[in-house]
Amino acid sequence: MNRIDETFRRLRKEKKKAFIAYITAGDPTFPVSEKIALTLAETGTDIIELGIPFSDPLADGPTIQKAVQRSLKNGCTVKKVFTMVKSLRRKIQTPLVFMTYYNIVYNYGLEKFVKDAKKSGADGIIIPDLPMEESGEFKSIADAEDFCLIMLTAPTTPAERFRKIASKSRGFIYHVSLTGVTGTRDAVNTGLAKNVQKLKKLTKKPICVGFGVSGAEQAKKISRMCDGVIVGSAIIKIIEKNLNRKKDIAGKIKVFSKTLAKAVHGEERS
Amino acid sequence: MQKVPDRNGYFGDFGGRYVPETLMPAVKELTEAYSKICGTRSFKEKLEYYLEEYAGRPTPLYYAEKLTRKFGKAKIYLKREDLLHTGAHKINNTIGQALLAVEMGKKRLIAETGAGQHGVATATVAALFGLKCDVYMGEEDIRRQSLNVFRMKLLGTKVIPVSSGSKTLKDAMNEAIRDWVTNAADTHYVIGSVAGPHPYPMMVRDFQEVIGIETKVQLKMAGEKGPTHLLACVGGGSNAMGLFYPFAEDKKVKFIGVEAAGFGANTPHHAIALGKGKVGILHGSKSFLLEDDDGQIKLAHSVSAGLDYPGVGPEHSYYKMIKRAEYVSVKDKEALEGVRMLSEIEGIIPALETAHAIYYLNKLAPKTAKKDIIVVCLSGRGDKDIDIMKEHM
Repeated sequence: MNRIDETFRRLRKEKKKAFIAYITAGDPTFPVSEKIALTLAETGTDIIELGIPFSDPLADGPTIQKAVQRSLKNGCTVKKVFTMVKSLRRKIQTPLVFMTYYNIVYNYGLEKFVKDAKKSGADGIIIPDLPMEESGEFKSIADAEDFCLIMLTAPTTPAERFRKIASKSRGFIYHVSLTGVTGTRDAVNTGLAKNVQKLKKLTKKPICVGFGVSGAEQAKKISRMCDGVIVGSAIIKIIEKNLNRKKDIAGKIKVFSKTLAKAVHGEERS
Repeated sequence: MQKVPDRNGYFGDFGGRYVPETLMPAVKELTEAYSKICGTRSFKEKLEYYLEEYAGRPTPLYYAEKLTRKFGKAKIYLKREDLLHTGAHKINNTIGQALLAVEMGKKRLIAETGAGQHGVATATVAALFGLKCDVYMGEEDIRRQSLNVFRMKLLGTKVIPVSSGSKTLKDAMNEAIRDWVTNAADTHYVIGSVAGPHPYPMMVRDFQEVIGIETKVQLKMAGEKGPTHLLACVGGGSNAMGLFYPFAEDKKVKFIGVEAAGFGANTPHHAIALGKGKVGILHGSKSFLLEDDDGQIKLAHSVSAGLDYPGVGPEHSYYKMIKRAEYVSVKDKEALEGVRMLSEIEGIIPALETAHAIYYLNKLAPKTAKKDIIVVCLSGRGDKDIDIMKEHM
């Protein structure tokens, strides 16, 4: 069984929801980024999402765009991200999933990417610009290696289509909370609870909700509806605010992620 | 030749729909609406009405006698898209898409623009059909094309500066897609070239094929047998595809697309996606593009803002692979020579984009025979580029 499935099995037993954190690999530097990932794992993060930078991240809002630019400016490459994962794997067993755009994977070579990712210790991947219709070739390669292609659904996804995507998605289903790009929002989308409730009836796989989650309170609210909450931009904002004090970043994120993990884990499954 | 694209939007190996899940329903809705509405008589009549009465179609197919004499070989005809309202072929497409948006009940148009020509053409139809309009434009291009920025504002459009990435067309397109992801329910995204996710490459081609269809009829009326060479510039490639497509089955007709070589094909500063790029995925489709070893999109360079784009429409990639078209390139300096040549010989100041195709006549015409016929798509007029021309000439 892969690490993602194991994690959800454990959480189910403990009647807990998953706390998933996103950071961009290499932002602000590789050593700091690796330290942040370790901090996240220590503070109860169940799955770590590692962004592999792409020059044209069209599903991302300003915060992640800037993180990606910072990482690219530092000379980030796919190989360097794999090296970071290898190093993390020697220290932690937290599931690590990539989040990147299809051109990065396509350019690296689909099969080679999956093999190298797997070898480095990564467990899966999220590709926001690879919809179900275009995913066939990559999915069969990933499936053969037991590398999870985690697929996305959105508020605009009709029920029948959701069922199809859910049946193909591995690890969990990444449900986008709103029609828009990544980035924190002041309030949780009003239709979200109702929507997720409907979707829960269509699949047995875990549904995790991301996009727009700004803090512990929202995370707690959302965690009641689904199986996991994904927080990205809110964490990256701490990096952004402390670029001149890189040494302090991991410590500050530690405080924040502890609160988030507690907010998400605290809720008993109803 | 097999009919392309297939139902998934593929031209051979190229095209498709690489968009976020949030947009898939919008893209499918558009595909359905396009196939349902655009074939109806009432839509066709409306489109024809606005193309004729408002935009000024048909455009002349002008026999460039002096230019022909200069080379003393093939007869050279110019398809005068520069004479259209707003000064370029872009309006053929924006009228079509705006009419479709109205039929679909959309209240707002968004667009990306580089040189500003497509932005102006979208702002124009938004005013005409009473739609709200926001145009995304890179900060760098806003600086370079201030005249077009003012035109758009005058037409009631909001020009939204894009400061991310390279601050040019590619980033404007990213930002327009982000807006569309957020607002697809009431907003239609007017893509300006034969690029983007299916159905755009097909739809924009269909709205532009009027260029080639008219050319066919006009040549016949001029007593010619038909063209032997079709010549057009290629950025995204909509004017070229519009001219080429109606002749796709006629193997006697050679297609030549001219990409922008910027400072030179062997420098890092060019926009030769077909000639020097690799296959990849950008802005919703699989096609040739300029990228580095790690798959990061490279910045393109061209003196002409309309060709300053690292990708190209998927149907051109298909034409390259099946060898239906030949793709060549022309440098900044040569394009400027092309401007001078057409201005002095025929009294027509072409857009910098178009000037790439014009300059290539120097290479192509001498290799032709007297019985041959070259048609050049004169895609736009040069007024918008006057400042840049002044700077360089």
